[in-house]
Amino acid sequence: MRRLAYQAAAVAVALLVVGYLAHNASINLEARRIASGFAFLEREAGFEISESPFLRYGASNTYLSALLVGIGNTLRVAVIGIVAATLLGAAVGLFRLSKNFLLRTLAAGYVEFIRNSPLLVQLFFWYAVITEALPMPREALSPLPGVFLTNRGIYFPAPGSVPVLESFNFAGGFVLTPEFTALLLGLTVYTAAFIAEIVRAGVLAVGRGQWDAAFAIGLTRGQALRRVVVPQALRVMVPPMGSQYLNITKNSSLAVAIGYPDLVSIANTAINQTGQAIEGVAIIMAVYLTISLSISAFMNWYNARIARR
Amino acid sequence: MKWLRENLFSGWVSTLATVLLVALLLKPVLQVIDWALIDAVWRPDPGACQDASGACWGFIAEKHRFILFGTYPFEQHWRPAVSTLLLIGLWVFSSVRHFWRWWLALVWLAGLTVIGVLMWGGVFGLPYVENGRWGGLILTLLLATFGIAFAFPLSILLALGRRSGLPVIRALCVGYIELIRGVPLISVLFMASVMLPLFLPSGVTMDKLLRAQLALILFAAAYFAEVVRGGLQAIAQTQYEMADALGLTYWQKTTYVVLPQALRIAVPPLVNTCIGFFKDTSLVLIIGLFDLLTTIKVSLTDPRWAGFGVEAYLFAAAVYFLFCFAMSLYSKRLETKQVG
Repeated sequence: MRRLAYQAAAVAVALLVVGYLAHNASINLEARRIASGFAFLEREAGFEISESPFLRYGASNTYLSALLVGIGNTLRVAVIGIVAATLLGAAVGLFRLSKNFLLRTLAAGYVEFIRNSPLLVQLFFWYAVITEALPMPREALSPLPGVFLTNRGIYFPAPGSVPVLESFNFAGGFVLTPEFTALLLGLTVYTAAFIAEIVRAGVLAVGRGQWDAAFAIGLTRGQALRRVVVPQALRVMVPPMGSQYLNITKNSSLAVAIGYPDLVSIANTAINQTGQAIEGVAIIMAVYLTISLSISAFMNWYNARIARR
Repeated sequence: MKWLRENLFSGWVSTLATVLLVALLLKPVLQVIDWALIDAVWRPDPGACQDASGACWGFIAEKHRFILFGTYPFEQHWRPAVSTLLLIGLWVFSSVRHFWRWWLALVWLAGLTVIGVLMWGGVFGLPYVENGRWGGLILTLLLATFGIAFAFPLSILLALGRRSGLPVIRALCVGYIELIRGVPLISVLFMASVMLPLFLPSGVTMDKLLRAQLALILFAAAYFAEVVRGGLQAIAQTQYEMADALGLTYWQKTTYVVLPQALRIAVPPLVNTCIGFFKDTSLVLIIGLFDLLTTIKVSLTDPRWAGFGVEAYLFAAAVYFLFCFAMSLYSKRLETKQVG
């Protein structure tokens, strides 16, 4: 009886709070003449988006297509970031366990310094490095033939199209904008420091006896790592890795601070233009929740698969 | 010699790695040293900075007052300065396990009252300064302090709720925690800055600083709750059973048996979560609050000093690093002590 009463009270309080807020919102929206609902998605957006690699988009397209471009841009930086951070993080994590003092110390310094300063500061730093320290297109650095580093972006040759310097900038080829490059670099470098710690902890969690056994049957250090230790370490590593992948995706929303047109930055523009804050924030949250739940589902499936082996 | 052989040249792989690293890194490291120290300009002189090939630390020297104190009235800067030192002092004082007694709450209450009086003023002949003009380091520290202070009790309730035997309460807590942890902090901050005003009764307004603080508390509570839950799960089942056998009620069991043990286990990982939260406070920049990172970014908009972003953000990283690294050392020390 007491149990029922407590729960009924909790539900009642929750409903009252929600009802009260909804009531206030409807009055406020009416007073400010803001329409509610998702009809604005069909209207013309009227703003340009600086990069849209997957969809053709122009200012005359709808808010819906603008948001889809944003989702595409979020996924693009998140997916590439996840792959790059995993590779860099795994390398740094193994370097931290190296017998070589120089390698070990460099890796440890990297992890400590990166983990202890905010990602947003690092994003601004990379953006400043690209836009301030890299030269103008006229004096572009060319570390490899056909590749040009400039403060307007990084140009690569693409099949059938090579970047060529025109009066003010390069044309042709394949370009990474300063915003995308800074965001990708920032997310990768930041998350790799956390992944390195997961990899290190995972390898350390495998008992000394496993190494000894591997050496006893004549495996080298590298073979022991690859054949014996890593398969066991993976089981410890998968759950925390999953949450780092979630973090990359969520942290890609900091794009708004350096002007990369991700979902949050485009939704923010839409909110400012239409005043429909509730719908805008709801869309942002719904998209991220969907991505988060998909990544968790995938990681759970993968975890179950490797645990069975 | 023995150390060198074991740590740098054990086997040909290690030797190759050492040689390669030195060959690859020597030049860039020397270039960075040249840039940061030898060719750097330390005087606050924009002309000399533009001509020099090295870093312009003079920018920091010129702007340090604005970076640390934001738009707080210039001749009153001693007030946020004293408040900052006092707040740091309170944290250092609280880090001593010996002082974890009930009177610590009173010390904090007294300390925060003094900080409030200093920052707002309006009494004892101190001119009144509205909180819209607070900025810089003290704002970052206050956001973090109040965020942790309110999120922590809330997180305990959420964690207890998540492990509660009442299905409705459990569902509400799980829903809240997973919702917040599934979305980025920016979306919660947007909720507070653009959505919350729509939910308040007409005529009621809420200060921008307060709204951001509320968002940070609600956000941090979900993350802290998961750490506290870890502590709750780490306690042996027999502890719960013994408390039940003694005939304790739920709240007696929780306050006298479960929480003292669970929080003891949860403190080191909580400190790590606090590091993450401290870094996350920098996101208030996006909704236009004048925290430490914002003051640094704004000082870069001075046309005389344009183009020194790399120096400015390195300085920002160094300031955050000092606080975060101190916390991480503290957390490591707690972990090793806990074992004994």
